[in-house]
Amino acid sequence: MKSAVIVFPGSNRERDMLYALEQISGQKPLTVWHQETTLPDVDLIVLPGGFSYGDYLRTGAIAGLSPIMKAVKEQADKGVRVLGVCNGFQILTETGILPGALLRNAHLKFVCKEVELEIATSQSVFTSAYSANQVIRCPVAHHDGNYFADEDTLNRLEAEDRVAFRYTQATNPNGSIRNIAGIMNEQKNVLGMMPHPENLIEAAQGGTDGRGIFESALETIA
Amino acid sequence: MKARIKITLKNGVLDPQGKAISHALDQLGFDGIGDVRQGKYIEVDLSETDTAKARAALEDMCERVLANTVIENYAIELDGA
Repeated sequence: MKSAVIVFPGSNRERDMLYALEQISGQKPLTVWHQETTLPDVDLIVLPGGFSYGDYLRTGAIAGLSPIMKAVKEQADKGVRVLGVCNGFQILTETGILPGALLRNAHLKFVCKEVELEIATSQSVFTSAYSANQVIRCPVAHHDGNYFADEDTLNRLEAEDRVAFRYTQATNPNGSIRNIAGIMNEQKNVLGMMPHPENLIEAAQGGTDGRGIFESALETIA
Repeated sequence: MKARIKITLKNGVLDPQGKAISHALDQLGFDGIGDVRQGKYIEVDLSETDTAKARAALEDMCERVLANTVIENYAIELDGA
């Protein structure tokens, strides 16, 4: 699996992501600076976590206007897989590639801990390695992860099986509406999620529950 | 020309910061504090002298970057307009 990680000024989880991608796919991912206007031919594009542009204005808002995002959107429209983690998820909602928005955490605190995620669907190229309703552990680290969308959008996401992950009721760390932790676009080739699966891929990190997302993407590439 | 733009959260969007402020005011002993909503205020200096053109440009700015219309409303005030 050929992959590329986009780096913005203020990204800080790109190394964790590069490491995870290389460990799991066996191929060294490319890094692409946000000022680039074209993307290499890859199977998976990743927008990593961090604080692009210092979260100025709104999280992900300025990064969403970076030149590379036009290319990311074009590739996403063509069906190339795109994964946005944490700040990457915020960038995907700001650009409208994914619906809704990520608000300040309901308790107003930065949250850095492990939560439990329920696999809301295994019918996707990002979750096929899991079984539906399986509960996995995954770390979160964010200040603005409180997912919000209007009722119509939420109903549509559920009706179209586009909710990928939910926090278990007891571990919702940020007040996200309907416990939503990750969602997909209409074609289900773009996934945005607040938790960090790249930080739970080997025993030294305390577990391997996060591997399934990358393994699903790897397995389902022809 | 100077523009003053107010950006506020839409009704129905949770505002935890507003809630915390409301709580703080209450704790300070201010009576009768109801809902508090926090927003943003942005000033933009423009070289444009035509009010209608300036307003059109500002609306475009609000739609594309200054506000996130999924969760926010915006109101534009123009000096001398």
